[in-house]
Amino acid sequence: MKRRETIKSMLVGGIAGPLFIAGCQPEHADVKIKGKESTPGPYGRTDKEKEHDAKVYASKFLTEHELATIAVLCDLILPATATAGSATDAGVPEFMDFIVKDITSHQLPIRGGLMWLDHRSGRLFDTNFISCNMQQQKQILDEIAYPDDVAPELAQGAEFFSRMRNLVLTGYYTTRMGIDDLGYQGNVANVWDGVPEDVLAKHGMSYEKEWLAKCVDQSKRDVLAQWDEEGRLVE
Amino acid sequence: MVREVLTDDEGLATGVSYINKDDRQEYELKAKVVVLAASACSSARILLNSKSKQHPGGLGNSSGVVGKYLHDSTGASRSAFIPALMDRKLYNEDGTGGMHIYFPWWLDNKKLDFPRGYHMEAWGGLGMPSYGFGFDPNELNVHIGKKVGGYGDQLRKDVKSFYGSTVGISGRGECIAREENYCEIDPHVVDEFGIPVLRFNYTWTDHEMLQGKHMHDTFEEILTAMGGVLLGTKPGKEDDYGLAAPGRIIHEVGTTRMGNDKKRSVVNANQQLHDAKNVFIVDGGPFVSQADKNPTWTILALSWRTCDYIIDQLKKQDI
Repeated sequence: MKRRETIKSMLVGGIAGPLFIAGCQPEHADVKIKGKESTPGPYGRTDKEKEHDAKVYASKFLTEHELATIAVLCDLILPATATAGSATDAGVPEFMDFIVKDITSHQLPIRGGLMWLDHRSGRLFDTNFISCNMQQQKQILDEIAYPDDVAPELAQGAEFFSRMRNLVLTGYYTTRMGIDDLGYQGNVANVWDGVPEDVLAKHGMSYEKEWLAKCVDQSKRDVLAQWDEEGRLVE
Repeated sequence: MVREVLTDDEGLATGVSYINKDDRQEYELKAKVVVLAASACSSARILLNSKSKQHPGGLGNSSGVVGKYLHDSTGASRSAFIPALMDRKLYNEDGTGGMHIYFPWWLDNKKLDFPRGYHMEAWGGLGMPSYGFGFDPNELNVHIGKKVGGYGDQLRKDVKSFYGSTVGISGRGECIAREENYCEIDPHVVDEFGIPVLRFNYTWTDHEMLQGKHMHDTFEEILTAMGGVLLGTKPGKEDDYGLAAPGRIIHEVGTTRMGNDKKRSVVNANQQLHDAKNVFIVDGGPFVSQADKNPTWTILALSWRTCDYIIDQLKKQDI
């Protein structure tokens, strides 16, 4: 299902909100972005999917100028910080190159939007977007980056920038670099210690002693059970 | 891809005809026993497409019940932004959503305006980003008096601030099985193998609608008590109280219902066709009702039981 349809059906269903979208499983959930590489990961694919992947990877859509503009936008949206790399460091332009080929509904709005951006730069600064200095680039973004505060005649630019921002963030936070920056931890083999005690305490909660006694003592979690010759549990 | 179950002059199964998806040719497989497990609707489709002199209305359909009493779980959801969960300490929260933290049905139906009930599943948490993560990254700013949108370091900060701050609840309930909800062979449409497909006739009644309304009242009560800002709008009667379209919860069952009376059911207590004793159905089709929970484990248990029965019958040479 296309994301727009998802949102629509979610709204009808009474759900809305952006962040938990990560919790559902979209069609392309297992697309991995591996830095500069542009081949699919080692995860399981059916023959049909492999055929589709090969076709997508062999095709070309974005031009060099478009990709160069995207790279500039990437680092305006997510510049490097003291602890994390920028969107281009994470390979987001390569992700963009891939995703518009994989989800073709992005093609026209991205291409048209990039052209809109160059047109706007031309009007304001007499050159295309990538040739502007950063201050000029930010001046253009400030006009279109806040959807609740956009001049009506620039609404299409805001629509483009919102799409671009969505894709840049999704591309970034699905890389190792982005995941580290976000702090997603996920499962660790053989460790489950529930919600940390201090977090529970902060919300006025705690695990019941009676239940804790039934759970694995974390200091002994690597100890294997022992059975006697008749299969009775010794320890 | 099975087209139909083949039968002999006595109406017993002799095997199946199927299409090999690689060479697109039709083949026949001979068998002493045929076990259908194509999922509730597809097994009904195979039976309805297996017409013969002995089974003019489709195999196993002398009762006319194949395809009828189709029912899926009811489903509705709501979510909320919990400001108290912003800027959380991060830890492993995998599984808080997907494994279905589960609230069993808790009320006495005598005091309610609908039969049966539903359970709830809670979700949210510090999940792994996948495609779609970061879309509308700081839309929730609208609830805390900050500006939506932007770029740069502030945007990066917002993404982290809101990470794990929304929770949701989904209700999954029991739909009452009715003869009027059914699938049947579409007289106009075939699939890519030339096999006629199903079409569906299904409506919710007040049983399900009022259940959906009750779900939404409950979601609101819980999420509000959590200090949540409810997201989206509360669906009303005109939106079927937010019930997902029939089939969306993918718990479809009931199309080859079980029963002792061969005039009113398709299979017996061993999931064996009343009309052909060497054909069995081991998917959700034989369910006469469904609990509000996922049907798979019950399907497995009944399949196991049917397998034991088939072995027993083969040993006794009764089938």
